[in-house]
Amino acid sequence: MNSVKTYQRLDTTKTSTWAADNIVSLIFVAFTIFGFIVSDGVTMNYFLTELSSRFFRNTFLVLSLIIPVVAGIGLNFGIVVGAMSAQIAIAFMRYFEFGGVLGLAFTFLLALPIAGLFGYFTGVLYNKTRGQEMIASLMVCYFANGLYQFLFLFVVGVIIKVPKTHPMIKPDGVGVRMTVDLVPVEDGGLKYALDKIYEIPFMWAILIVFACILLLQLWKIYRNKNNPALYRYNKTTVLINIILSIAMIAISIYSILTNSSLMMVRKVPVVTGLLIVALCIFNELILKTKLGQDFRSVGQSQHIAEVSGINVDKTRIIATIMSTVFASWGQIMYLQNMGTLNTYGAHTQIGMFSVAALLVGGASTQKAGVKHAIIGTLLFNSMFIMSPEVGISLFGNALLGEYFRTFMVYGVIGLALGLHVWRANKKGKITLN
Amino acid sequence: MVGIEEKGIKYKDIVKKIGFPTIFIGGFWILILIAGGFLGISIATLISDTIKRAGMNGILVLAMVPSIQSGTGPNFALPVGIECGLFALVCAIEFGFTGWAWLFASIAFAIPLAVIVGYFYGKLLNAVKGSEMTIATYTGFSVVAFMCLPWLMIPFKNKNMGWFIGKGLRETIQLDAIKGAQKLNDFLRFSLFGENGFITFGGEKGIIIPTGMLLMFFLCCVIVWLYFRSKSGIAISAGGINPMFAKSSGIDIDKCRIKANILSTIMGAIGIIVYSQGYGYAQLYTAPLNMAFPAVAAILIGGATASRAKVSHVIIGVIIYQGLFTSALPVANILFEGTDLSETLRMIIQNGIILYALTQVKGGDK
Repeated sequence: MNSVKTYQRLDTTKTSTWAADNIVSLIFVAFTIFGFIVSDGVTMNYFLTELSSRFFRNTFLVLSLIIPVVAGIGLNFGIVVGAMSAQIAIAFMRYFEFGGVLGLAFTFLLALPIAGLFGYFTGVLYNKTRGQEMIASLMVCYFANGLYQFLFLFVVGVIIKVPKTHPMIKPDGVGVRMTVDLVPVEDGGLKYALDKIYEIPFMWAILIVFACILLLQLWKIYRNKNNPALYRYNKTTVLINIILSIAMIAISIYSILTNSSLMMVRKVPVVTGLLIVALCIFNELILKTKLGQDFRSVGQSQHIAEVSGINVDKTRIIATIMSTVFASWGQIMYLQNMGTLNTYGAHTQIGMFSVAALLVGGASTQKAGVKHAIIGTLLFNSMFIMSPEVGISLFGNALLGEYFRTFMVYGVIGLALGLHVWRANKKGKITLN
Repeated sequence: MVGIEEKGIKYKDIVKKIGFPTIFIGGFWILILIAGGFLGISIATLISDTIKRAGMNGILVLAMVPSIQSGTGPNFALPVGIECGLFALVCAIEFGFTGWAWLFASIAFAIPLAVIVGYFYGKLLNAVKGSEMTIATYTGFSVVAFMCLPWLMIPFKNKNMGWFIGKGLRETIQLDAIKGAQKLNDFLRFSLFGENGFITFGGEKGIIIPTGMLLMFFLCCVIVWLYFRSKSGIAISAGGINPMFAKSSGIDIDKCRIKANILSTIMGAIGIIVYSQGYGYAQLYTAPLNMAFPAVAAILIGGATASRAKVSHVIIGVIIYQGLFTSALPVANILFEGTDLSETLRMIIQNGIILYALTQVKGGDK
């Protein structure tokens, strides 16, 4: 220890951190690029269509994970509970054949109290399992799944009498069918009820998004010019962002004008996109309120927060309720896009995939933001689209790609969590020395 | 008045001594057995099935003892050991072993493999102190998902294991084909109250006792029990109870935790071999994914906590847990015809018990 000077040691850690911090993201970028190189079956159009529809389906769910991380609960696998609440609300709507845009709005409203109640219970449980929230949240998914099955397989039919002839109910009159068709919105159902409200071509969406990013960067520079002491910005990031957005704007204008093949990519649902943007803004703004500051201080140190007069238990419960409610809305958005309710399977993987996506974006158990969620969803879904293709082109076996995909999901969570804890433990040791 | 008060204290003491989960789940099992008796289900069959399933799962549950005692919590990464056992089992088939030779070869291959893997797994757990349970769960999941690739890619030649078309191993390998199914079960098997009076060797009626498998289970129990009475076993327990104290008494805690997890991985590997021969099939690919949770629930039902466990907890827990679900299935099928309630019940009870145990874990202070 003594042979190395302190500043030298700090210096080496500093240079190695960026790559080490983002190792998970880098693996995924490398994999996607590798996939494009080896597989010739994937066209840019197919890739972008898949990616954009998956992005609009999943991002809301991933965003719902951020608040618990800020509040120090860690990665809330319990968003599955929110997804179940959403499915209860949707099943209710489907049973009474209440659909369309209005029906969807009611589904959102109905999911709110259900998810709120279950979120409250989950929050109380997290307070009782302090320090082990993540494994508790994982177990709560399995436990709640049992209760959910009890409700849909047994209570519906045996305790609540339902007609055998209803298309949602199993032919013997007990329990809900494995898959329930949500009926297209044109026929008064919920399928695409949100997506079909207003759609624009993909390249127009790209143009608008990057124009907004460009304006945001200019706004940053403008504010800094007016008041250099108060508003600072990272020059390199802003520069990279500006160059990137100008390039993307140029590409999109070019393809709109020449009507190139990129215009064939599936249209983009505007309202879904706006809801995602709204949640992003909400997640950022809430940190500026009293409640958000409470989340932060509880996340930093529960002990200090308690001493400074914050009701720690209550704050943590509120964070869990918020996460659960957002997850239930996210699941409604997911299901209206899928068009069928896979009654006993649609919710089971949600927690795992969303957590993996957030981690791929560079988040950890203690630090997560909107940026991580967006980047993570894009990267994670790129890997998801590419891996069967890689399996086919490298080994002639799509199944292998799918097993590999599952491995990546679990591996990413394990690796990201493990690295984080390992680093935190090491840090603790250094300060002790 | 005094009498009532005394009674109240006594009742509380008894509950505390036996443990709330044990009483609750045990009582539930007895209730189901009574219901089964009234419904005309053969109690002898239920008990036979319970004994058989308890014997099959026993060693997997036993794998929890070393890891809990060493302070790393229940071994949620049991699939790591299970994959070692499955790999050894598949290799033994590939080398052409059959019958008893296959069984012993599998166990002989499994132990060194599990020692190596368990060593690295223990190292991993030492690096992530404080979040062992979460990391262990995902280590288990990742290993199962990863092993799907070798199952599909390693060019095994034995005809008993491959698909009829294409490459890779089958999802379930029939052990009948290599004369490995129920090898341990049938060793000295006898039945009580069967055809010819009290004891019939090789009988099919009455309460069937799979002697060989039970002997194997008890052998493992005795080994673990004895180990935790040896010097190195006591060091492991001490490190689990109070790491700071153990450290100051000169115990190398990290080494103890590695030792305990090696033992746990070995038990997982042997456990799955015993389980597979009893079941008659070896299940590969994603089948081991959720095998840790029933084992964790079983030992908790037996009276263990996330930080303390004994061999007696294993025996009691595995009998109650397996008994409950083997009896619940036929009873639920008759009571609620056309519904699959027993699986739902299993999910609720198994995971509810684990959650209950997690709420009892200390150390999560504000």
